[in-house]
Amino acid sequence: MSEYAVRLAVGRDEPAAARTPSDEQVLEAVGRGDHDALGELYDRFGRLAFGLAFRILRDRTLAEDAVQEAFLAVWRSADAYKRERAKPSTWILIVVHRRAVDLVRREQRRRGEPLESAPEPATGPADEDAALRDRRTAVQAALTELPGDQRQALELAYYGGLTQSELAERLGVPLGTVKSRMFAGLGRLRELLAEP
Amino acid sequence: MAQNDIHDLAAAYALDALGPEDRWTYERHLDGCERCRGEVAALRDSAVEMAYAAEGPEPSPDLRDRILAAAREEPRTATVVPMRRRWLLPATAVAAVAAACAAIGLGLWASSLRDQGVQRVVAVQGAPGNLIVAGDSATLVVCLDRAPADRTYEAWVIQGERPRPAGLFPGGCRSVPLEEPVDEGDVVAVTLEPAGGSEQPTTDILASARV
Repeated sequence: MSEYAVRLAVGRDEPAAARTPSDEQVLEAVGRGDHDALGELYDRFGRLAFGLAFRILRDRTLAEDAVQEAFLAVWRSADAYKRERAKPSTWILIVVHRRAVDLVRREQRRRGEPLESAPEPATGPADEDAALRDRRTAVQAALTELPGDQRQALELAYYGGLTQSELAERLGVPLGTVKSRMFAGLGRLRELLAEP
Repeated sequence: MAQNDIHDLAAAYALDALGPEDRWTYERHLDGCERCRGEVAALRDSAVEMAYAAEGPEPSPDLRDRILAAAREEPRTATVVPMRRRWLLPATAVAAVAAACAAIGLGLWASSLRDQGVQRVVAVQGAPGNLIVAGDSATLVVCLDRAPADRTYEAWVIQGERPRPAGLFPGGCRSVPLEEPVDEGDVVAVTLEPAGGSEQPTTDILASARV
């Protein structure tokens, strides 16, 4: 048992019997410089992070760069993580998304053209966590229920890495329209996901 | 930005759909706007859900090892500020630097940057700020506590493992034009050094950005 696992097992909030540490506990251990905890954090979120980065970058190497940079950014700054601000999963995905978007914009500027779209796999990996698979299905379903123009704005922004100005230009609508579609789309998405 | 109502930017910010200039300005705005922070947090929760809908292939099996190996090589510092989340700082610290940052930032943006062929703006890690790159020259805009009287901040341009001294500054929020040229892949870093500066860094990196 690693030092990290022992420490978690005997932690004051935990019964002596080893219980699976929460995401918060893992991230806090990362903040104390625990390398095993960083590995555990990757085991929990690495695949999700890579899926997101790949969707944006459509390139294995670039997506892995984004994930690596993001986990190192988390490693550097986890000691300032505050439970009350955001869930670890949210925080990590925000960092990964930002890295991937910055990278896709840089690549596109460098190449002077959008990155090629790669074919997407039809299903997730076979040994995927059931909770993650259910969540993916739920979010995909919610996205399809959004009004088309809202969905398009959200997808081009979040997965495409377009800025709001680029979106306005691409869609041929005023910037204000793009802003309202994004705002309404995010609000509607939340409502849809909150429905039982 | 002039014709934008800054409050309209929350959704775009939550989706990372702002260009570097708007993003930077909006983050300065977040420092002083509690209501906006709440709004952004709610919109971000929604936006992050979209991450769960993304499907991709498996990462290579060795990515985990690469990340852990890279982490072992990272110098860790005691007081690191989360990347781009400087509003997680205690409110007083933020308030002190926010006004200065806004003044520097907006002044910079408004006046010269656009005319100087600015190519890229990279967020600094470890401290609030940005690295602004134009060709092979770069300016570091960063907010750090004032250096003690017998110490100075020193900027470095690190190529491979070789740091070159790139300028001294006393802290606060300021714009530091680097005295050394930069190349893509270089790291610009800041350390605290004895007054007068050092030839090589003698302390841990407090803030850094990759060109």
